[in-house]
Amino acid sequence: MTQAIPSTDVTKTEFGFWIYLMTDLILFATLFATYAVLKNNTFGGPGGHELFNMPFVLTETMLLLTSSYTSGLGILAAHRLDKRKVLLWFGITALLGLAFVSMELYEFHHLYVEGNSWRRSGFLSAFFTLVGTHGLHISIGLLWMTTLLVKVYRKGLSTATIRKLSLLSMFWHFLDVVWIFIFTIVYLIGVA
Amino acid sequence: MLGRLGLDAFKHGFVVMGGVATMLAAILVVVGALFYFKRWKWLWNNWLTSLDPKKIGIMYILVATIMLLRGGADALMLRTQQAVSVGSNNGFLSADHFQQIFSAHGTLMIFFVAMGFIFGLLNLIVPLQIGSRDVAFPFLNSLSFWLYAAGVALVSLSLAVGEFSAAGWLAYPPLSGIAYSPGVGVDYWIWSLQIAGLGSLLSGVNFLVTIIKMRAPGMTLMKMPIFVWTALGSMVLVIFAFPILTATLTMLSLDRTLGMHFFTSDFGGNPMMYINLIWAWGHPEVYILILPAFGVFSEVVATFSRKRLFGYKSMVYAIAAITFLSFTVWLHHFFTMGAGADVNAFFGIMTAVIAVPTGVKVFNWLFTMYRGRIRITNSIRWFLGFVVTFTLGGVMGVLMSVPAIDFQAHNSLFLVAHFHTMIIGGVLFGYFAAFNYWFPKFAGFKLNERLGRYSFWCWLVGFLLAFTPLYILGIMGATRRLNHYDASLGWQWLFIVAAVGVVVIGLGVAFQLLQIGYSIFKRHENRVGSDPWDGRTLEWATPTPIPVYNFAIIPTVTERDAFWESKRSPVAPAKVRYEDIWMPKNSGAGIIIAGFAFVLGFAIIWHIWWLAVIGLIGAITTGIIRTNNEDSEYLIPAAEVERIETEARAKRELYA
Repeated sequence: MTQAIPSTDVTKTEFGFWIYLMTDLILFATLFATYAVLKNNTFGGPGGHELFNMPFVLTETMLLLTSSYTSGLGILAAHRLDKRKVLLWFGITALLGLAFVSMELYEFHHLYVEGNSWRRSGFLSAFFTLVGTHGLHISIGLLWMTTLLVKVYRKGLSTATIRKLSLLSMFWHFLDVVWIFIFTIVYLIGVA
Repeated sequence: MLGRLGLDAFKHGFVVMGGVATMLAAILVVVGALFYFKRWKWLWNNWLTSLDPKKIGIMYILVATIMLLRGGADALMLRTQQAVSVGSNNGFLSADHFQQIFSAHGTLMIFFVAMGFIFGLLNLIVPLQIGSRDVAFPFLNSLSFWLYAAGVALVSLSLAVGEFSAAGWLAYPPLSGIAYSPGVGVDYWIWSLQIAGLGSLLSGVNFLVTIIKMRAPGMTLMKMPIFVWTALGSMVLVIFAFPILTATLTMLSLDRTLGMHFFTSDFGGNPMMYINLIWAWGHPEVYILILPAFGVFSEVVATFSRKRLFGYKSMVYAIAAITFLSFTVWLHHFFTMGAGADVNAFFGIMTAVIAVPTGVKVFNWLFTMYRGRIRITNSIRWFLGFVVTFTLGGVMGVLMSVPAIDFQAHNSLFLVAHFHTMIIGGVLFGYFAAFNYWFPKFAGFKLNERLGRYSFWCWLVGFLLAFTPLYILGIMGATRRLNHYDASLGWQWLFIVAAVGVVVIGLGVAFQLLQIGYSIFKRHENRVGSDPWDGRTLEWATPTPIPVYNFAIIPTVTERDAFWESKRSPVAPAKVRYEDIWMPKNSGAGIIIAGFAFVLGFAIIWHIWWLAVIGLIGAITTGIIRTNNEDSEYLIPAAEVERIETEARAKRELYA
């Protein structure tokens, strides 16, 4: 047999990754359901319409959506084997992701110092957990992106790294989709 | 520096100290033996770091068996307490200790016994039955096992350091909240399940991809062995249900450690939401456990009746229906919540409906036996015992699906008897049938029939003695989890019968251990070839002992029961040309990551935050190093494959 390593089966890994994303989606679905149940349980504390700063959240949203676009450009560059562009576009993606996480942390900090921490009410517990879980995923994505970009920078693009980049990009788009739902269900409906 | 951990954590009563001493003695014996026989390196290279599903499967079953003994000891203590603790006698267990024991009993039996047996069995059988050399992600498989083992380690540690949860096996809030359970018990419960649950979830993804993507050429979905179908259904349920468990445990943990208010009874929390969420995982979990047992019986009945399985297609549809319906019945665990007549009616009807596909399967097995040439072996005995107990228990379940009746039976011993009938008479009997059936494939010799027969009869009689009284007691009004009751109730003799039943079951377990020991001792007299039962599916087509690569040449499948068909119409063996085979190298990363996960869990339980950071960073760093390792496979040259296969063929002719 001439084929070197048969276990580098693309479809297997990608299929497995899709299934993993679905399990993650169910995790988020559980948190969304919890949020929906606890949404009005403010226990005399503030509700969403008193807490959310919509221009701020819209900025966050735009940062994340743009980062999804740039990661797509990065993948296109990877398929052209253009290492410099891959580093550029994914570098921008990482910066945008970092800005998003920073803004989220700022928002959390702001709520905390105003006395509206997760201890305040069932609603705020659900809010911090749902939004925080998404932020945690973004942070994990950033860690993954950093290690992968270091690898690309050092060793260049190979079949293995391109495949990993496309998995990362799937993960990133997935988190974008989840954010759209957070933006709608938590923030837009919250201030309505 | 050490968070909540102080010297108090090591102070225990007499009974717990006995348990700790037993555990320490067992560990010392094992460690001592490893030093004495200089087997550390052998253990590390051949077992702990192995990515071979056959070895990982055996390790799962070994750990699950140890946990079964521990959970069984718990059961014995519970029933002894209930047999004597009446009137002025308060028994030998304090109320708090009694609560810890029943919480531990349920947790161990479901998460660390039944789940361990399932994944062990899947590891051993699924790759062989689909004609594959491995699972889809061999390293992930090893990681899953070690995460499960880390959960086992945490739950066992709770015996010696601190305490275990006293809030029942599903830790209902607000009791399990920090206000009413301020100790570390519930945290031990949360983190041992969280870590083991992550392993289960990864396994679910792994086996789903394995079954979908790695079947031998020609094995279409409708040509898969039924065991593989049940494994597929079970893994789909794992994928859908376990993320709910992960999220729910996380929220309970956030309530306890960060002062959130998901499930508290004040500050806008909602305890009933926990009960909904935990059963949205918990009811599918029941089917995660039972489906593979159904698969085992399908294989056993067909093989020992020497007939094709009756109604293969209806079997597949029944599995699919059960998989789907198991997500529509969770509310029957708390009809008394007060969701209203309409909601209760819906879930009551769905609960009755899910019994239909299950009934279809029972009839299919019986029709498979009808006019078959049946050989009565221990596997078929376990099956026959299962039909009786499982049908009885199932009928009791349908009875309780009527909300009006459930209001009477809720939280009574009637319910306890029902689910033990399903889990022991269904799941456990299934795994015992599997053990007797597949043991010779992996060991090369059969288990002793006579001792197996004794163990079966002890289990069956003991089971009926132990649980029939509970049905009666339940109707008489005895609730579950009682550590004391009044003499005037007249319950004591029934509790004594139940305790005797547990002792008889214990005798059955002793016979099983004796059966294994004696069979190993007499192995030279019981040696068998690669196909001792005249099997039907592909696992019997491999040589025994099974080579690391399972199949030198991946078989091409044209029929259901592929191996049976190939035996009936043998093709003249053409000159085979062997090829080089790539297999995954051993990896220690699984055990190291799980070790860090154990440290992380322990640190969070005791609020030792610096240690938690070490555990987390260690696990992540090891993971990154492992994923960047490109040299993860080794080559078995064609000549070596040929040598192994020729030897195996010579051996096969010896036993033919």
